[in-house]
Amino acid sequence: MNRLPLQAAALRAEWTKLRTMPGTFWLLAAVVAATVGVSAAAAAATRCPARLTCPVDTGKLSLTGVQLGQAMAAILAVLAIGGEYSSGMIRVTLAAMPCRVAVLAAKAAVVAGLTLAAGTVAVAGSVLAGALVLPGHGFTPAHGFPVLSLADGPVLRAAAGSVLYLSLISLLALGVAAAVRDTAVAIGTVLALLYLFPIIAAVAASSQWQRHLQQLGPTTAGLEIQATRNLHGLPISPWAGLGVLAVWAAAAVLAGGLQLRFRDA
Amino acid sequence: MTAGTVTRQRADGPARSAGFARVLRAEWTKFRTVRGWVIGMVVAVLAMVLVGLFAAGSANIACGGGPGRPVKTGPACLPYIPAGPGGEAVTDSFYFVHQPLAGSGTITARVTSLTGLHTSGNAPAGGDPLAGMHKGVVPWAKAGIIIKGSTRPGTAYAAMMVTGGHGVRMQYDYTHDIAGLPGQVSAASPRWLRLTRSGDTVTGYDSADGSHWTRVGTVTMGGLPSTVQAGPFTTSPLSTVTSPFFGGASSQTGPSQATGVFDHLSLTGRSPGGGWAGVSIGGGPDSPGTGIGAFHRAGGRYMVTGSGDIAPDVTGPGSAFPTATIEDHLVGAFAGLIVVAVIAAMFITGEYRRGLIRVTLAASPRRGQLLAAKAIVIGSVTFVTGLAASAFVVVLGTRLSRDQGLYVLPVSWLTEVRVVAGTAALLAVAAILALALGTMLRRSAAAVTAAVAAIVVPYILGVASVLPLGAAEWLLRITPAAAFAIQQSIPQYPQVDTAYTPPAYFPLAPWAGLAVLCAWTAAALAGAAVLLRRRDA
Repeated sequence: MNRLPLQAAALRAEWTKLRTMPGTFWLLAAVVAATVGVSAAAAAATRCPARLTCPVDTGKLSLTGVQLGQAMAAILAVLAIGGEYSSGMIRVTLAAMPCRVAVLAAKAAVVAGLTLAAGTVAVAGSVLAGALVLPGHGFTPAHGFPVLSLADGPVLRAAAGSVLYLSLISLLALGVAAAVRDTAVAIGTVLALLYLFPIIAAVAASSQWQRHLQQLGPTTAGLEIQATRNLHGLPISPWAGLGVLAVWAAAAVLAGGLQLRFRDA
Repeated sequence: MTAGTVTRQRADGPARSAGFARVLRAEWTKFRTVRGWVIGMVVAVLAMVLVGLFAAGSANIACGGGPGRPVKTGPACLPYIPAGPGGEAVTDSFYFVHQPLAGSGTITARVTSLTGLHTSGNAPAGGDPLAGMHKGVVPWAKAGIIIKGSTRPGTAYAAMMVTGGHGVRMQYDYTHDIAGLPGQVSAASPRWLRLTRSGDTVTGYDSADGSHWTRVGTVTMGGLPSTVQAGPFTTSPLSTVTSPFFGGASSQTGPSQATGVFDHLSLTGRSPGGGWAGVSIGGGPDSPGTGIGAFHRAGGRYMVTGSGDIAPDVTGPGSAFPTATIEDHLVGAFAGLIVVAVIAAMFITGEYRRGLIRVTLAASPRRGQLLAAKAIVIGSVTFVTGLAASAFVVVLGTRLSRDQGLYVLPVSWLTEVRVVAGTAALLAVAAILALALGTMLRRSAAAVTAAVAAIVVPYILGVASVLPLGAAEWLLRITPAAAFAIQQSIPQYPQVDTAYTPPAYFPLAPWAGLAVLCAWTAAALAGAAVLLRRRDA
């Protein structure tokens, strides 16, 4: 009967905390700036000379900045719970809201919601930058590259998927931070999960293992959602890839929830 | 007054250095007594070793097979690769028309034509396909004269040659290349080539008319026996076309062959065996090329056709067999780097979090000294830890790869030391960068992310993204990720065409790459020192 008001109260409390935390606005701005900045730079650095056929996935190229933007989203998520552990605030939070699962659920909702909002702005800006820059660099409809547009099915899927991707990364980071309870260790773990898979896959000795690593990694699988060309050549299909990331995020949140539920704060 | 100043300096000097030693000792004590940091360093070593050995151990090489032949695995698949005089792996396959030359002597020949066929790329307009091959000579097709220790692959040599696109060259002992006359060879503009051996010295000359000779180079070669094989040769390496984009087929390779036409061939000196004999050198299944080699003599004209190369082996697409480099086993350095960045950032942010920084600064008020002491402690600890981990993983990983049948390109011990110690230095400097960022930002999450985003993200964008090659190379030139150049063990040879792309090849030289990271770190340390002095703790 009073389940709903409890959840609503937790949500309100977490929203107030995160909203009034000094870094939140700047981190959300950093998500947008990093994503759009790197994406625009990548588009500006790529040219397709008229006489060449360019094996370029313009959709993926114009969303390159997500590679950096995800790190900013991860900081926000890690600080949302890790900050409470480092300042001791978590004990006050749990005294006020003894239902620990509700606390984590509220944090997850607020963090994922804010990342979703910032991610939407970031991805829209990136696609816009690509649509403005790329036609001037030889990626013209006459050359086989239609101008990027969200009305185009694969581009819309890549863009909407990238927004979901950023949200899932923030949930993954939140779960890890709840599980390890220390901001520095949590951010290290998250960054290792995000960035080691593509690097190890790039040098793995056997192509079989390369493929497995790309199918398993949260970023390598998750970012396949950005592919708009050559979908048959992908190690994992776009939505299945995002599913892999969702499993990682769910596992991390579950681990964090269990730690929060069964361990003293 | 002067005396007073001197006295004060004398009194102050030792006291100040004793003060710094005390600060250093305090920081070292802090580091080694925080259990989490010591465990963290162990985790960094484990991460480096396990990730590195996984990358090496997952090779699963299989070869052979086909109708009626068993599939072989493991070391049975290791190819036979000759080693050059410097110990490096070399390709040594060409068609050689030779006779022995005892002691000193001179060989001279005129080259009037160099033509060829190749399978892909660089096709001149209108090239007609002939059995899947196009007419056209690849840039590093070679026809010329050579003095070589023996007909065994890998022996020392010196050669004068015309090339498909790089003019006349003098090359010796696989890795050395000196430019001679520029321009293409043709019947209208032939090239005269001459090699003179006198003891251990070989001198190469070229000429456009056979009367005015220019010395191209003189080399001292200890590796030549008293009787060598001398004569004309032709070879033609894999044709390579590198697309400026990653993703999909970024580089296409295929075999090629070339035919050189020689006349005015003369050999002076004490030559025990008479007559020219043709032999195909090193044309095994592991060598690149069409396997075609022949020579025809018509009066004073010799037509020599060959395929292959006389050059150092490099890693890249187009190898007939899978190759690895020693630095492939150091991929765990990225895992180690993230762990080390966490520890280094906490080394200062931990003090801010607990308020310990106020006690620290009360005990040692010189803030610059405090930062220096912390940098020295975290840098040294990381260097020693990283050195142990990278030495272990390179030695063990190389052995593991070879046991799996993966050919690891051999390098000199000096290069191996540079790669191992350089990786340790890279980790140490990265740790100091994380410390400086931690001092400036005072928040571990932000500091760790900034350090990792500065070093690892440009690397990922450079090697595993859809960025074009030019942009990727700029990233690996100006960002701290340039430092991974220190791990490149096989140099880029201008006389070998292959896809010199990251992650195997970096745009900067090894130490220059590390210097880029050092410059970023120095700038961050300077910023940290200023902020530490100006801001309240």
